[in-house]
Amino acid sequence: MKEHILSVGIDIGTTTTQLVFSRLTLENTASMISIPRVEIIAKEVVFQSAIHFTPLRSQSEIDEHKVRELIEQEYRSAGITPDQVQTGAVIITGEAARKKNAESVLRTLSGLAGEFVVATAGPALEGIIAGKGAGAAQESKKRGATIANLDIGGGTTNIAVFRNGDVIDTACLDIGGRLIRCKDEGGEVAYVADKMRHLTRTMNLVINEGQSLTKALSEKIARRMAGILEEVLGVSPASQELPFMLNDHDLKRDYRIDYVSFSGGVADSINDIRGEADFQYGDLGKFLGKAIADSRIPQQLKILKAVETIRATVVGAGSHTTDISGSTISVSPSALPLKNIPVLKLSAEDEALPVEAWGEAIRKKMQWFNLEGEKQQMALAFKGPDNLGFHEVETLAAGVIKGMEDVLCKDCPLIVVIERDLAKVMGQTLLSQLGFKKDVICIDTIKVENGDYIDIGRELAESNVVPVIVKTLVLNY
Amino acid sequence: MDTKIKRLIAEVLSEMGGAGAACSDESSAPATSDTQPDDLTVENLKEQLLVPDPANRDAYLKAKGTTVSRIGIWRAGPRYLTESLLRFSADHAIAQFAVFHNVSEAFVKEWGLLEIKTKCVDKDQFLTNPDLGRELDEENTELLRKHCPGKARVQIYIADGLSSTAVETNAKDTYLALVQGLKGHGIEVGTPFFMRYARVPAMDKISEILNPEVVVVLIGERPGLATGESMSCYMAYSPKVGMPEANRTVVSNIHRGGTPAVEAGAHIADVVKKMLDQKASGLALKK
Repeated sequence: MKEHILSVGIDIGTTTTQLVFSRLTLENTASMISIPRVEIIAKEVVFQSAIHFTPLRSQSEIDEHKVRELIEQEYRSAGITPDQVQTGAVIITGEAARKKNAESVLRTLSGLAGEFVVATAGPALEGIIAGKGAGAAQESKKRGATIANLDIGGGTTNIAVFRNGDVIDTACLDIGGRLIRCKDEGGEVAYVADKMRHLTRTMNLVINEGQSLTKALSEKIARRMAGILEEVLGVSPASQELPFMLNDHDLKRDYRIDYVSFSGGVADSINDIRGEADFQYGDLGKFLGKAIADSRIPQQLKILKAVETIRATVVGAGSHTTDISGSTISVSPSALPLKNIPVLKLSAEDEALPVEAWGEAIRKKMQWFNLEGEKQQMALAFKGPDNLGFHEVETLAAGVIKGMEDVLCKDCPLIVVIERDLAKVMGQTLLSQLGFKKDVICIDTIKVENGDYIDIGRELAESNVVPVIVKTLVLNY
Repeated sequence: MDTKIKRLIAEVLSEMGGAGAACSDESSAPATSDTQPDDLTVENLKEQLLVPDPANRDAYLKAKGTTVSRIGIWRAGPRYLTESLLRFSADHAIAQFAVFHNVSEAFVKEWGLLEIKTKCVDKDQFLTNPDLGRELDEENTELLRKHCPGKARVQIYIADGLSSTAVETNAKDTYLALVQGLKGHGIEVGTPFFMRYARVPAMDKISEILNPEVVVVLIGERPGLATGESMSCYMAYSPKVGMPEANRTVVSNIHRGGTPAVEAGAHIADVVKKMLDQKASGLALKK
């Protein structure tokens, strides 16, 4: 029996705003005589919007009302109403995420994008979403290879490195096509981002608004930007400017990269550059594309063509952010959906303790997490011991309750996320020990890390699973 | 003559490489009578890659992690490596043991279960004349009537089936989780018991004797080379002798590497609740 869910992806980037609708197909892939195992068996983009310029009120503010109008208009073109949408992600990416009204943009859009649609941001996650949309994650799994995807947009380059389908590294740089913008196709400078001002200064160049930019000068700046990308990938030695251009952490560069793929708006310029670059989009995008095509990156590393370029992020947001829980879980329906729940995960050392000691370990962790002393909503996560007997499950459940009681707010549901297939019995045991007086959300087959945030949607009608979005803000090394 | 043969053997051994020296030196032989040989079945096959120089070890192990099939076991000429062959035999021995040994009396006593048995007199008869494994004699029927109150909403019992190992390993945990789950739904269960030399259709007979609404049996599955510990749960709504097999609902593959015993119990509780609500089982049971 197949079940479909409709997912929306909305990407508000430095340069462009886009939307896609994806259809995710769920099916129980287990045989009739086994416990159900519902999986997402297909992801298909059913509608993609035009690519709009992100409406700005000023250099530092997004025009949220115009954005909303754009999105509403695309819903109409698709013939889809918000109540048909079950899951998805709205993300504000690149430089746009640092605009001062990003929060209010998300607020303006919430509700419009369906009930269980989550807003996300953060450079690591953007890179991962783009890499998935570009097909790098899947391809790395298929080939058993390490693939670095560079999503190069107007404001930032988000890098995610995948090995055998898993993310192993990320970085984000302030390298993009529109960090220097021109008034028109003539080349008169209208805007220079601060970091570009600094980078050009280290090249003994002074670029100011109002000044006219020659093609030769643009090529020179673009070559330096491509040089920074060579450095971060390790094909050129790192310069003093690299740390400055990074906006969180560097790549580790302690593994071999088998392939590189490019997505984002600039990727198209890398692929089809013919002859000289120009100011077609009123920015350095085409120059940057050409500089990358001529750089050491394609000379020294194998290039893999991305399945999506300028749409990689929005397709990633629409098709690849939603996961589903294991098929035997325990949830109190009235407590869902839940959004933006911080995750506290037990360490491997905690999990190595005998089950009798877990309660104390959880309590200690929770106190450390709960420095302000305010009771709040959170989710406890652990991998879960292998091969538990029923009495051990009871001991563990008692430990979870004891460990969480001091920090969990009174009316908040008890949320437990387990990696191993244990959630149904654990949920039933928790409910039983709590005298069925508190809501319990206990789900499994979901891998989260400390510092992640998690969204849990309503139970799907036929499959008895819940959609889950794990938002990784930092990668744990 | 003797010395000639000895010399010949020594030459052959030395041609085979360093092994010859180690073999002829009796004092360093690995297993002597008072040391236990290593347990061959300890190693997790999903994590054991015997290919000497794989192009991509991570990807290979990831593929191995998805299956219990013996892939990546390498070869010696056209044959298995000794290690693989021994493991194969060891796993086969585990499977045979699961079938042939009896569920221990200690297991039944410790749990405090009533023990009854089918018309089979022993394991041999059970395996060679399976039809007897679905019938009860008068004495055992009486014992059951006396010990277990009839007309329970749910009657759960344990049966050895084709793997005693499976029952000894999993039945108790599944049972306890199942009872807790049913309690959560407000459903009480009848007195459990253990039935020796029993096959699945014996549940029809049990149903006719005790008349519960739903019968649930936790029974050992015919073992394979992947595990000897796999247990099934068969359920039916008011089964009768001779009813179609399609009326049975089954949850199989309950073991450490499949669905954990406790998780299975919790799931079965919800399935039983559905049966009671719909007054149906097997193919007639809707999702």
